[in-house]
Amino acid sequence: MADLIKLIENWIRELLLGWGAAEDLTFFILQALGSVLVIILCFVIVIALIWVERKLAGRIQDRFGPNRAGPYGIFQSFADIIKIFTKEYITPQGAEKGLFNIAPVLAMASVLAIWAVFPIAVNLIGADVNVGVLYIVAVGAFGILAILMAGWSSNNRYALLGASRSVAMLISYEIPMVVSLLVPVLLAHSMKLSSIVLAQQPWWFVLVAPTAALIFLISSMAEIGKAPFDLLEAESELVAGYHTEYSGMKFGMFYVAEFLHQYTVGALITIFFLGGWSGPMAAQWPVLGVVYFYGKSFLVYLMISWIRLSLPRIRIDEMLNLNWKFLIPLSFINLVAVAIADRVMMDLALEQWVYVLVMFLVNILILLAALSIAGKTAKTIERVTFPPRPVAVPPVSEGK
Amino acid sequence: MVPVLIFGLVSLVTLGAAVAVVTNKNILHSAFYLVLAFVGVASIYVLLEAPFIAVVQVLVYIGAIAILIVFAIMLTRRIMSKDLEQKNKQWGWAALGAGALFAVLSWVVYSVQWPVIEAQVPEDTITILGQELLGTYVIPFEIASVLLLAALVGAILIARERDQIERSES
Repeated sequence: MADLIKLIENWIRELLLGWGAAEDLTFFILQALGSVLVIILCFVIVIALIWVERKLAGRIQDRFGPNRAGPYGIFQSFADIIKIFTKEYITPQGAEKGLFNIAPVLAMASVLAIWAVFPIAVNLIGADVNVGVLYIVAVGAFGILAILMAGWSSNNRYALLGASRSVAMLISYEIPMVVSLLVPVLLAHSMKLSSIVLAQQPWWFVLVAPTAALIFLISSMAEIGKAPFDLLEAESELVAGYHTEYSGMKFGMFYVAEFLHQYTVGALITIFFLGGWSGPMAAQWPVLGVVYFYGKSFLVYLMISWIRLSLPRIRIDEMLNLNWKFLIPLSFINLVAVAIADRVMMDLALEQWVYVLVMFLVNILILLAALSIAGKTAKTIERVTFPPRPVAVPPVSEGK
Repeated sequence: MVPVLIFGLVSLVTLGAAVAVVTNKNILHSAFYLVLAFVGVASIYVLLEAPFIAVVQVLVYIGAIAILIVFAIMLTRRIMSKDLEQKNKQWGWAALGAGALFAVLSWVVYSVQWPVIEAQVPEDTITILGQELLGTYVIPFEIASVLLLAALVGAILIARERDQIERSES
């Protein structure tokens, strides 16, 4: 009873072996079943998330949000799904058909592929590869490629502009993201995700390395490409960015991929900084671990939504300055400081809570120093646009 | 049986994509086929039980180089026209050279008695790799990174506008 999922797995295995299936085939079927289940769970979560997101956005912006379909509008997502499935697919004239159709699939796949390595519970791990962290970073590249494909193949200038902004943003924000991910790797002495989670018992890495957690949060918000970093699809400037020309389910795939990416970032932060599946009784009851994992990811998701619904979009030069002049130097200094502090305290053989406390203080100190330096040196106002001028001038009447 | 089948499929895709890279008239399509070829090579690394190399292959070749190529193509004017010439006057000689190289390489592959070790692949290869890179081979490793840094600085220097350089010199 304690281990419901393994119980079901063993039951299916016995059943298949009893039917005379080969050992290899049974293994394959179970693996395939597991991955399909994870993917289906992702989609179910997204359906729920879209409703939560719209309701939350409504409340934050002082309106009701969806409230027509079902109690509290909970069937709004299903109405959206039916609408999006029945819409016409429009391929614009002059578009590259092949690339145009592959791009949404690739965008979706690049997000789903990250889930392959997640440790969902103590004994429930997808592919426990020992290069898990690198794998996550590498798979993200396909998402950028999908955006480039979509932007170019649409034969639309706004789409192409959105795609070219993606390179400026996604690639440059990948640097602080990867460097801040090195901190948990360094603390856990492993790139295996399951070992990183195990290393966070009982002290979560958000306490040991809060600066890295903050950098990771900011840079992965940029990787999602939503507000305040939604320059890829800034609707007041670029119509809808790289997916301007998409309609129907092809647009739906980009939309779902975006939502799922935000939830995936929540899951990543959970794994790297919030202890993954760990929580009270999670080691004895793996089912509880699953609940903790998805629950924590959901909480981080809500926090990201809250941030992005509260902040306006930042300008493109501010976005690049924030990355290259603040986040990248900070993440490198933080990495070096954490490495030195970890090494020094490992030699001293201190109590664990002293270690955590010193690490926390070192991190906060670095963060405060960086913020004060940035506050002193940054130019407060940097006007890049023309001064405002009247659009229409009243005509001077000539009759007089 | 199954690994051989998968290997055959993967190498077919890789080779097909590689052929498509050189025969395709549209240079952007070539770039995307190149990505497919890189994915195929990464899959072969996975089949060889070298996950680190596979992931680095994806990270470096797709995450950095392929995206750079695609972006460079998109920013270059009139390079995407459909009537690009794919061969010049020297294609015959080039084909001869490439064919000769292929023949020599195949001869080498078939005639050399490759040493085969019975030992198992160690479970944790990246730890060994990391220790070797920062232990035994630390000087070549660091020299390579200094070289890359020099290339980076050089690229920025070339890309800077002329008047900016003059302004900073004066």
